[in-house]
Parts: sequence; structure tokens; C-alpha cells
Amino acid sequence: MKRSLLIAVFIFGSFFGSTAAFADAATEAALAADPVAEKRLQKLSEELRCLVCQNQTIADSNAELAQDLRREVRTMIKDGKSDKEIIDFMVVRYGDFVLYRPPVKGITLLLWGGPVSLMLLGLFVLQRYLRRRAARINAEDQPLSADETSRADAMLKEIDQK
Amino acid sequence: MNRYYWILGAFAALVALLAVGLGLNPRDVPSPLVGKPAPAFNLSVLATPEKTMGPKDMQGKVWLFNVWASWCVSCRAEHPVLVEFSKKVQIPVVGLNYKEVRGDGNFDMGKMPADDERKLAFQRANQWLAQHGDPYTLTVMDIDGRVGIDYGVYGVPETYVIDKAGVIRMKHTGPVTPELLAKKIMPLLAELNK
Repeated sequence: MKRSLLIAVFIFGSFFGSTAAFADAATEAALAADPVAEKRLQKLSEELRCLVCQNQTIADSNAELAQDLRREVRTMIKDGKSDKEIIDFMVVRYGDFVLYRPPVKGITLLLWGGPVSLMLLGLFVLQRYLRRRAARINAEDQPLSADETSRADAMLKEIDQK
Repeated sequence: MNRYYWILGAFAALVALLAVGLGLNPRDVPSPLVGKPAPAFNLSVLATPEKTMGPKDMQGKVWLFNVWASWCVSCRAEHPVLVEFSKKVQIPVVGLNYKEVRGDGNFDMGKMPADDERKLAFQRANQWLAQHGDPYTLTVMDIDGRVGIDYGVYGVPETYVIDKAGVIRMKHTGPVTPELLAKKIMPLLAELNK
């Protein structure tokens, strides 16, 4: 039983592991050839969005476009282009959308400022609520007035008599 | 009571925001190329492989630039619309055959020499047009997809409207539909051809 399970795991693993192993081999070969360039490629790829699978960077994605763009970045690195030139190359073609970190501009103001202003609004509301609550509790904590004391005494006496 | 209205209002605003967000098409990425000159290229023509062609050859004309490939499923849906368009309207449509072989995914590109890929790409593209009709004034072959990158292609089919000065005036990602033709492309072409 244990053995058959082990075999099943092995088959499963080798089946799904095979494609990843190929990709890794290719990456490792390139890495060995020029570790500095490959590190830059990795860093740049993490800044660029794959337009096919839009929530992945071109470093994460194995879509064809991502592969093409990685190849393009690699060529540009070999040609001695600066990081800025490479990023600009992508933005000219695919727009700001290709950047995983969108630039601060008029159109992205809500995107960048939204969370901060929401937090400030939340803090403001919280502070106001806490202040009012404190005031209310304070008001309730006042000692009884003379009138209230005499009424309470009267009630207590009534209970005692029963 | 008052505060419940407030919460209800906030909730309604959230629902409205999400409704708008869900209605948007995430593929509809605005292209920075609109308003810019069409990137230059010099690619082999499908019908006459010994000749090349580029956007400068279209100077002075309003034209459509349509990216396609035989492996692209949506292109098949779009194709009859383009064939119909080319029969009715005297606007040149230039096809960009995008990664005919290596885009297919059924070939092991590591084992294919460049010459074989080129030959196969021409053969497949010709066959597809013979089978489905050819709406193109001519088609150029972007075998390795480099020109596609210059045009910001990320989902075939894509279509560009380019004006007489060679400036991109519109880009559409995804199949061209009869509605899109009638409502957006035709009016734009008419205006540009004035």
C-alpha cells in the first residue's frame, strides 16, 4: 500500500515537474553565462506586467508574450541599454499599464492617494466617535444630584420594607 | 435612523463602483501608440516573398492594419467581417501575419531551423487565405514577432487605423465586429478621408 502510494506520487511529480525542469534548465544556462545580466533581467522583469495574463509580471508568466518580452529585455541588456531606456521602450509600446508600479500622474492620483485619504477619513471618523463616546460616558459617570439621591433612597427603603 | 441612511448610501456607492468596474473590459488597455506615427518596418510580402513593404509605402492613404495568424481562433471569427469589408469598401487593408509558426505552440522551435520556419510560415499563411478568403491588399510576414512588439501587439487579432500622414488613429484589440465597423471604424475612415 505504502509502496504503491509512493509510486503514484513519483509519477505525478515527474509528470508535472517536467515542464518546470525544462524552463529551469534554460534559465540556469543563461544565468551561468552572465549572472549580472541575468540578475538585471530578473529585476526588470519583475517591474513589467505581462499583458496577456494581466496579474503577473513577465518574470512570473510563461505566456508567449512574456517570453518574447524577456528575450527583448535580454537583448537590450546585451546592447548596454540602461534600465530606464528598457522601461521606456516598453512604455512607448504598451503604455503605463505595462508598469507594475504605475507612475504618479493626474490620472493615477486616485490610485495612489485613495488609500491614504481613505485611511485619514477613517481616522477622523474614529476620533470623532471616540470623543463623543468618552463625553457620553463622562456624562453618565456624574454623581447623583440631591434630587436623584433622595429618590433612590426612597426606592431602596420601599424594597427593604417588603 | 439618520446613520442608517448614511450606511445604506455608502453601500449603494460601493455597489455602483463595483458595477462599473465589472462592466469594463480589462483587455481594453489604452494604447500609447494612438496619435503617434506607425512604427516603421520592412517585412517580406506574403504573395511576393522577394519584395518587402513598410508603412512608408502607404503614405497618403488611409488604411487598416490587421494583425492575424492562422492559429488564432478569434481571427477566424473576425475574418468574414474583413472579407465583407474589403468587398464593399475601397480602403486598403494590410495584413500583418504574426508569428505564424512559433506562435502556434504545436512546434518545437528549438529544433526548427530558421529557413524551415520561414518556408512553413509562408505556406501556412497562403493556405489559410486560400481557404478562408483574402481581404488583404497584401500581407506582410512578421515571423519572429519583432514588429508585433513595436506595435504593442499582445492579443491577436488587433486592428489599427492609420491616416494619410502615417499616424495611428485608432487601435482595437480583439476581433472586429460588424457593430464596431459601423459605429467606430467607418465614421473614422470617412472623416480621415475627407
